[in-house]
Amino acid sequence: METVVLESFEDQVAYSEIERWVTLATAGALMAYGFSRRNVPGMCLAVAAAPLVFKGVSGSWPLLHGVLSTDDTRVALSADRGIHVRESIRLEQPIAEVYRFWRSLENLPRFMTHLRCVTDLGNGRSHWEANGPAHVKVEWDAEIINDVGNSVIGWKSLPGSDVVTAGSVNFSTVRAGRSTQVSVHLQYSPPAGRAGALLASIFGRNPASMIREDLRRLKQLLEAGEVARADADAPGGRR
Amino acid sequence: MKAVCFYGKEDVRVESVPDPAILNPRDAIVRVTATAICGSDLHIYGGYIPTMEKGDVLGHEFMGEVVEVGRDNQRLKVGDRVVVPFTISCGRCFFCKEQLWSLCDNSNPNAWLAEKLYGYSGSGLFGYSHIYGGYAGGQAEFARVPFADVGPLKVESSLTDEQVLFLSDIFPTGYMAAENCQIKPGDTIAVWGCGPVGQFAIRSAYLLGAEKVIAIDRFPDRLALAASHGKAQVLNYDEVDVPDALRDLTGGQGPDACIDAVGLESHGTTLDAWYDRAKTSMYLATDRPHALRQAIGACRKGGIVSIPGVYGGWLDKFPLGAAFAKGLTLKMGQTHMQKYMPALLERIERGEIDPSFIITHRVTLDEAPEMYRTFRDKEDACIKVVMRPGHQQTRMPN
Ligand SMILES: NC(=O)c1ccc[n+]([C@@H]2O[C@H](COP(=O)([O-])OP(=O)(O)OC[C@H]3O[C@@H](n4cnc5c(N)ncnc54)[C@H](O)[C@@H]3O)[C@@H](O)[C@H]2O)c1
Ligand SMILES: [Zn+2]
Ligand SMILES: [Zn+2]
Repeated sequence: METVVLESFEDQVAYSEIERWVTLATAGALMAYGFSRRNVPGMCLAVAAAPLVFKGVSGSWPLLHGVLSTDDTRVALSADRGIHVRESIRLEQPIAEVYRFWRSLENLPRFMTHLRCVTDLGNGRSHWEANGPAHVKVEWDAEIINDVGNSVIGWKSLPGSDVVTAGSVNFSTVRAGRSTQVSVHLQYSPPAGRAGALLASIFGRNPASMIREDLRRLKQLLEAGEVARADADAPGGRR
Repeated sequence: MKAVCFYGKEDVRVESVPDPAILNPRDAIVRVTATAICGSDLHIYGGYIPTMEKGDVLGHEFMGEVVEVGRDNQRLKVGDRVVVPFTISCGRCFFCKEQLWSLCDNSNPNAWLAEKLYGYSGSGLFGYSHIYGGYAGGQAEFARVPFADVGPLKVESSLTDEQVLFLSDIFPTGYMAAENCQIKPGDTIAVWGCGPVGQFAIRSAYLLGAEKVIAIDRFPDRLALAASHGKAQVLNYDEVDVPDALRDLTGGQGPDACIDAVGLESHGTTLDAWYDRAKTSMYLATDRPHALRQAIGACRKGGIVSIPGVYGGWLDKFPLGAAFAKGLTLKMGQTHMQKYMPALLERIERGEIDPSFIITHRVTLDEAPEMYRTFRDKEDACIKVVMRPGHQQTRMPN
């Protein structure tokens, strides 16, 4: 008798685990899809999926921290302060080509859609303009603090910037030298602090997925020579 | 231009939509001369494929004449006659280079969405929902073809459209299903489903050296075609116990490989049902017999189960224990089209096979709504519908 009871108990645990997992996956896909449509039915779908998330998620939302108030990258971004994003991608391209493309900073807005433009000011310095929350223009100057050919580029923002940011991109050969891996580590304190980033993430623009999409576009540009587009996006297209 | 558009479950309309335009440098625009309805389109028609939107242009089996090419497309020129593969592939990523074309990394603009559902995204597909990229399909007068410098197959011989159209999907799909069986001389192959995919799987299994093919369905006309044209031994599952019959026909050993050319709709494990299940938690309670379970149960020890039939969600009561105990190999996926098209065109040119044997209905684009229903209900002995969008130039200049 005892084993029977135990089995059914275990069944229940497995059952609820699976249910939770399926629920989350479904809700995630529905919300992602709904938000991506940026239209009323899409939003309704996404909002309707929200209770599923609550059903699926255990634990609580991350706590909001105070807005960072210094523009010194060493202070604002030291230890685990600020927002850290790590993403990487593999490309079927020689490492030198990938490095060269990235090192010409003017290329970055071609795959980082939140960037309006990057201007090389010489001496390792550059001026960056980006679309901030609610399409406010965000500007900063940065300098390259580490540059090893075909290996790594590191940068940080200069005092007086709208954002405090530092980052690095590492290039390495993988798959017995046939492919190149690009790994980005980005640190920043956004205009509205962590609260802003959290808000943004609810609307599908969380930093990690944004960088991920950027890297995907980089890969498409360098491998396929173009960024994939469907007809729905066409000017004068169906929608 | 005129196009067949999705408007909802069992609601397909022929509408006037804007002409496609070149969006990317490697694109081409094709004037569609022939297009077909696929069993996969029926999954959309039944409302089982998520992320379809009102007005989406349907269709992924099409061919035609190139009327415009993008600036980086060096391979095609205006006037070329091409068959377009249903998978959209860049030809340059890791997966394309490995000949895993339907798993292309660079062709799905909504890859992030597919990643949410499946972990990683496959290639974009024509006319097959936004999760597969939101590309307009080919059941239309014109279609935009991305990566047209690596996808479309040029047909220069005098073969008719009807003879080469199915290189766009079902012939390579049936062929890959058979190739996945790693057929050796003397092998017996069992095929579930005698729709177009099953019929080409039967033919391909013999082309690849099978000694005997056993075909399973319940529609007499489809079984008759499998027997007459395909030379298969047929089993009507309404009349016989399939596992028993297969055991008898193979001396108690079981078929060397089994092909599931049925897919997600035979079992009631529809995506629709999957959504419901996720919401209602009824998902673990379903237990209906279906082709894939039967195939796994019937396959001989150490055999291969090849799955060209489409699955979308989580399968209930999947007999992994039987597959494990018998040391089976499972092979599946969207067809790696570009890998097979040139060699299969050669087989057609050599007269080894004439794929037009499958066609039962020849209609215009306007008849699409009616034909979707006829094909779905297997009425009027319908096996394959080919539509001719018409030959006159009705495209507005850009
Ligand atoms: N892998 C790919 O790339 C690819 C490409 C094309 C089509 N497909 C898929 O292949 C499948 C078949 O396509 P089709 O065009 O032949 O469709 P179809 O609907 O014409 O044929 C399916 C056949 O399966 C039969 N069937 C249903 N339940 C059965 C059962 N339990 N046992 C035996 N037969 C059963 C039906 O009677 C029907 O004849 C679909 O799932 C389709 O989406 C996959
Ligand atoms: Zn198809
Ligand atoms: Zn590719």
